[in-house]
Amino acid sequence: MAAMTESSGMDEATAAAPAVKPQAPANGKAGDGQVGRGRDAARPDKDARHSALTGRTVGQVRCENPFIVAENIDVFYGDNHAIKDVTLEIGRNQVVALIGPSGCGKSTFLRCLNRMNDSIDIARVTGTITLDGQDIYSRDLDPVVLRARVGMVFQKPNPFPKSIYDNVAYGPRIHGLAADRAELDEIVHVSLERAGLLKEVKDRLDEPGTGLSGGQQQRLCIARTIAVNPEVILMDEPCSALDPIATARIEDLIDELSANYAIVIVTHSMQQAARVSQRVAYFHLGTLVEVDETDRIFTNPQHKLTEDYVTGRIG
Amino acid sequence: MQTTTLILLLGAMTFIAFYLGRSRSLATVGGAAKLAKLHSLPGYYGYYAAIWVLLPSLALVLLWTIVEPRVIVALIIKSLPQAEQDLSAGELNLLVNNIRNLATGDVVSGDISVLLREASVRFQELTATSRQLLVTLTLGFAVFGGAYAYRRIAPGFRARNRVEQVVSAFLIAASSIAILTTIGIVLSVLFEAIRFFREVPVTEFLFGLTWSPQTAIRADQVGSSGSFGAVPLFTGTLLITAIAMFVAVPVGLMTAIYLAEYSTPRIRAITKPILEILAGIPTVVYGFFAALTVAPFVRRAGEAIGFDVASESALAAGLVMGIMIIPLVSSLSDDAINAVPRAMRDGALALGSTRSETMLRVLLPAALPGIVGGVLLAVSRAIGETMIVVMAAGLAANLTINPLEAVTTVTVQIVTLLVGDQEFDSAKTLAAFALGLVLFVVTLGLNVIGLKVVRRYREAYD
Ligand SMILES: Nc1ncnc2c1ncn2[C@@H]1O[C@H](COP(=O)(O)OP(=O)(O)O)[C@@H](O)[C@H]1O
Ligand SMILES: [Mg+2]
Repeated sequence: MAAMTESSGMDEATAAAPAVKPQAPANGKAGDGQVGRGRDAARPDKDARHSALTGRTVGQVRCENPFIVAENIDVFYGDNHAIKDVTLEIGRNQVVALIGPSGCGKSTFLRCLNRMNDSIDIARVTGTITLDGQDIYSRDLDPVVLRARVGMVFQKPNPFPKSIYDNVAYGPRIHGLAADRAELDEIVHVSLERAGLLKEVKDRLDEPGTGLSGGQQQRLCIARTIAVNPEVILMDEPCSALDPIATARIEDLIDELSANYAIVIVTHSMQQAARVSQRVAYFHLGTLVEVDETDRIFTNPQHKLTEDYVTGRIG
Repeated sequence: MQTTTLILLLGAMTFIAFYLGRSRSLATVGGAAKLAKLHSLPGYYGYYAAIWVLLPSLALVLLWTIVEPRVIVALIIKSLPQAEQDLSAGELNLLVNNIRNLATGDVVSGDISVLLREASVRFQELTATSRQLLVTLTLGFAVFGGAYAYRRIAPGFRARNRVEQVVSAFLIAASSIAILTTIGIVLSVLFEAIRFFREVPVTEFLFGLTWSPQTAIRADQVGSSGSFGAVPLFTGTLLITAIAMFVAVPVGLMTAIYLAEYSTPRIRAITKPILEILAGIPTVVYGFFAALTVAPFVRRAGEAIGFDVASESALAAGLVMGIMIIPLVSSLSDDAINAVPRAMRDGALALGSTRSETMLRVLLPAALPGIVGGVLLAVSRAIGETMIVVMAAGLAANLTINPLEAVTTVTVQIVTLLVGDQEFDSAKTLAAFALGLVLFVVTLGLNVIGLKVVRRYREAYD
């Protein structure tokens, strides 16, 4: 039923897009693809095939060894249909980047994965999401337990107005992960170490976390998240409030963390997506337009909208 | 000429000055087409001229009305025979009053002597001359002011800056009214209190244990020396305030937590206005609710379980005062909790906190300074509250911390000291000012600390 309501809007997009842009990219880019990949060779005119916002996703939504499987997800904010029939698999130890223009629903999709949309009164989610085979929207799954397994790092660093130690110890404390103080100390130190922050804050663990620099605060938030020992980490534009050096540190960190966690990261930076992710998902107006391996998305996108976005023509 | 006519005339002149100034400014640059050559918009030149017509002449009128009566009286007194001039200040005052009354046609006390009649005629003459002088001078000021402004208008003249200076001067004057009034009140309370402390030592007032402010009306009365130890009032006030906070803080805080975190938007939309209504009930209504409903109820309840409860107990007054303060505590706490950024809440939820963990471990600690500030403001409100305690707490200055007994408070005593016929310089009435001073200092201190805490905490998240 969702597809019905959209179709009128999509026709407009289909009609308008070719008129604005003649087939300029068809020559160079399409040629590259034809050489490298047999699939493209079978489609002489790529633009003609995949330029419309049809609601069907191009590329590889499935992956080997999937850990999170989202099937036919729709999200409504009241009457606003923010996510339209999105299906996506996320593998173990995989970094998936979600890209797309502002307001296309990246954050909304991300929040479905740890049920943070529950706290928005008007939000309604349909479809199924399984985490390691278990339906996360089923009645007998407590979102509190889910969120301990699926951690989240936000766009703006949001350390609690507590000491650095208490920030990291917060999760282990509420989930009873440490039997005694020594164990808690251990968790805090390991988490800070993994977040690459330990060296900088070792001697001032009892100072307020809000007194750190922006980049340190964000790493503190990452430490706080991994202290709960999650299986998945969701990151919503974790570097957009940071300077380039702090950003580079976080990117290195994501690389290291990907050995142990599945990571879904929303980013506005193509370079960042290219650097940290193995797969990229391109969203447009609530639709998942294209998912594929990262280098394929950036060198040889199948869909014209994806190509326009990654080459900077829309954004 | 009547003053109203004068004012109307001035108004008309101001109006004319505005249009003259405006058109003059346009004329200096050669018409509306060359408007860009003018420094300010033409209207500003109009206002400039209008201000020059109005302000100096109004200032003159104001000054005149203040000075005129004094000058006339001085002149009248000077013209009286030496014998009258040597009269005592009181008698002279009476005489001058009589002269004035005769001149204006009011009732005159005593016989009308020749002297009186002559003086009153002179009074009338002086007043008439003064009037004429005022009118001439005012109109002269207006004309000259207008002419001055008119002549200054030139393309490069910065009329806008001048007008804005005047406007900002007015705004400053307006905003200082409240401040000056406060300072005035403080000073008058302070001076009266100092007069009181000349009769009763500060130490006796602050540390004395008996309060019985009865002073003699006649010198030969027995038991004339009052006792002004205010400690029973302070303890009474603190007792009732404590009971009130005991009710208001938990209830208000829990209301705020519920509203901020647990309620649905619909419940919130209904509850908030109801709380505001509660805050808007006049305290006198709470007062008779306390005196007629709660106090008898407390008394009966106490008797039922074997306590001896005074019919005007501190408990009844404190309970009702607590109810009155609930909206204040809840709305300030609600603000404080809502001022904690949403990101804190999301951060806590994303780590797998339950709602109550989020509230207890993240939101409340973050909001605590704001809540404390709100409670301090509520305490200062409770201390200053008068009507409820007047009606429900009684007048007996018992030194006790038993909430079942009758106590009295600082505010109640101020009311009783000043209600009724009083000599205004007896220790009894002056005591009210001393109490007022204490009240003022305490509530001011609490407000300053409370607001500071609230503000410091607000800054933390901006
Ligand atoms: N809390 C919310 N309440 C209502 N609408 C929302 C809310 N959050 C997002 N939306 C809407 O959902 C759509 C997708 O938003 P979002 O997921 O934030 O996009 P992105 O993160 O890609 O910029 C937008 O149209 C936005 O207005
Ligand atoms: Mg977003």
